[in-house]
Amino acid sequence: MSGRVLVGVKRVIDYAVKIRVKPDNSGVVTDGVKHSMNPFCEIAVEEAVKLKEKKLIKEVVAVSCGPQQSQETIRTALAMGADRGIHVEVAGKDYETLGPLQVSKIMAALAKKEEAQLVILGKQAIDDDCNQTGQMTAALLDWPQGTFASEVSLDGDKVKVVREIDGGLETIKISTPAVLTADLRLNTPRYATLPNIMKAKKKKIANVKPADLGVDLTSRLEVLRVDEPPQRQAGVKVETVEDLVGKLKETGRI
Amino acid sequence: MALLEGALRVNLLANSRSFYKFTSFVGVRSLSENVSSKPVTSSSPEVAGDHVLYTQEHFALKDSLKKLIDQEINPHVDQWEAEGKFPAHKVFKILGSAGFLGVNRPAEYGGLGLDYSYSIAVAEELGNIRCGGIPMAIGVQTDMTTPALARFGSEELKKEFLLPSISGDKVACLGVSEVGAGSDVSSIKTKAVRKGDEYVINGGKMWTTNGAQADWMCLLANTSDGPPHRNKSLICLPMNLPGVHIARTIDKIGMKSSDTAQVFFDDVRVPCKNIIGQEGMGFTYQMLQFQEERLWAVANVLTTLDIIIQETIQYTRQRKIFTQPVLYHQAVHFRLAELQTEVELLRSLLYHATALYIKGNDVTKLASMAKLKAGRLARELSDSCLQYWGGMGFTNDVLISRFYRDLRLISIGGGADEVMLGIICKYMDTLPRK
Repeated sequence: MSGRVLVGVKRVIDYAVKIRVKPDNSGVVTDGVKHSMNPFCEIAVEEAVKLKEKKLIKEVVAVSCGPQQSQETIRTALAMGADRGIHVEVAGKDYETLGPLQVSKIMAALAKKEEAQLVILGKQAIDDDCNQTGQMTAALLDWPQGTFASEVSLDGDKVKVVREIDGGLETIKISTPAVLTADLRLNTPRYATLPNIMKAKKKKIANVKPADLGVDLTSRLEVLRVDEPPQRQAGVKVETVEDLVGKLKETGRI
Repeated sequence: MALLEGALRVNLLANSRSFYKFTSFVGVRSLSENVSSKPVTSSSPEVAGDHVLYTQEHFALKDSLKKLIDQEINPHVDQWEAEGKFPAHKVFKILGSAGFLGVNRPAEYGGLGLDYSYSIAVAEELGNIRCGGIPMAIGVQTDMTTPALARFGSEELKKEFLLPSISGDKVACLGVSEVGAGSDVSSIKTKAVRKGDEYVINGGKMWTTNGAQADWMCLLANTSDGPPHRNKSLICLPMNLPGVHIARTIDKIGMKSSDTAQVFFDDVRVPCKNIIGQEGMGFTYQMLQFQEERLWAVANVLTTLDIIIQETIQYTRQRKIFTQPVLYHQAVHFRLAELQTEVELLRSLLYHATALYIKGNDVTKLASMAKLKAGRLARELSDSCLQYWGGMGFTNDVLISRFYRDLRLISIGGGADEVMLGIICKYMDTLPRK
């Protein structure tokens, strides 16, 4: 086994920022807004680095698809302990329409090229909440998948994954190479310590174009309109259950 | 607008049963209706290439520190303020392990050997802590007790005191001010009399930040009977020696989470080798540290002032009086614009002074000006903003009142306004001539 783990990291609007819709309803305001690494991607990086520290794998490669600024996100992964980075350049219109389908094609191509033993992604991104990239990547590669992982144990060429599902926890054992997606409780990501931030400056980030990987970025989706959720209306207080039923009937709710 | 962020959060929460990691996210978006998506706390560009002082490394450092603050410090601030003390050993160990306590200290003692602009970046980021006491305590540890030791201390002394202070294993405090001498440092009375190869120390110190928890004190004492600027020395004093009495912690109106002690020395014996550098040079060493101290204080308060303005905007946007938001009244948004302008001016002065300092210049005049302005602006701004919070501003339930109390100290501690004015006048050559 190559002992190489690919980790996908996405640059998203920082969780603490208040999102605003653009006046033309074409999307949300991103200019001048603080961005950071998707929290679930942080958890994915942490898990990969932990596997390396346990000497179960040899190399952690951080991958990000996006414009120039995605390199900052890769640097954060390097500061957390990733060995090198790959920046897949996607900018302009292509970046606006970049979604799980395109990213999973890129990840699949890279996983083959780098002969990855594992691909670890965050379970979803906090901007689009898609929860698709991991699953699509596994399907494209025809690899097993362990999604919503809250515990990962690597043993030789098998991975035991405890998955968080609606009914509780499900434990599966899959063969590598495999795709895993990180859920909230998988681990607590480390702070990039200052010495590691300085060390990360020397680590390499390779530049790749999607065309080099034979990936077609055309989107199958067109965003028609983006709106804020409706304003929350004030509630009405009632005295009795009869009143409540009456009011609900009145307003056509039941 | 309340549901907008709710939509993003709820999705997350629905999929992951625990909110513990994200409760801090929910808490941040407290007052939510109709709020702009640009809570840019600093108007300095986030793009590394354009910033006058900071590179991408500086921003990476700030991001990492902010995360640490959000996870390890801010969730506990209210509790520590109420208790009148924060766990210094615990917090300093977390910061030390992540490398934040020795940014511009030598690498052989665990520091990072970076230039002072990194210390300023750390100071700025610490302004995100939701009180004044803890950043102040950290600042004492990093920039008030160790500069002289790092520059002039012996190898042995640095191993014993500097190294563990940088790693966060030992808590340091500064013993300079006394009951009878604050601004007038040269008239301190604490004496360290040489007896054989020991100093015997008698006297006391006041206003000692971290005093109740410290493992060692950087002590300024009279070691001979010479002229007052040449008879003092800096001594590394372990706080557990017999004769060191922590008389009390002072009940202050602000900076509540920082323990401030009054300490007495009763025939305390310390080896002579614990002296930093040369005997008699203590006063000079102490003065050298001040430029860094003052710039640090300015950097720290700027972030806090930005936060106060942003939170005031958020509050006044949703609070209605006479049928419209408080913020819509011209007196209010115009005043906030004035205050933000002043903050930007002070920020420019800070970067200007820091850039010159890194190149090796003496920035005493600029640092004193910046400190003077920081203290006064902090008072003016917190007072004006508190007014716009109305009755709520007068309660202990909001951040503005805490900062109103905490920031009042800036004009007093670390060099009172009047001392700053005296220094500036000296450089302007306007003081009465002898």
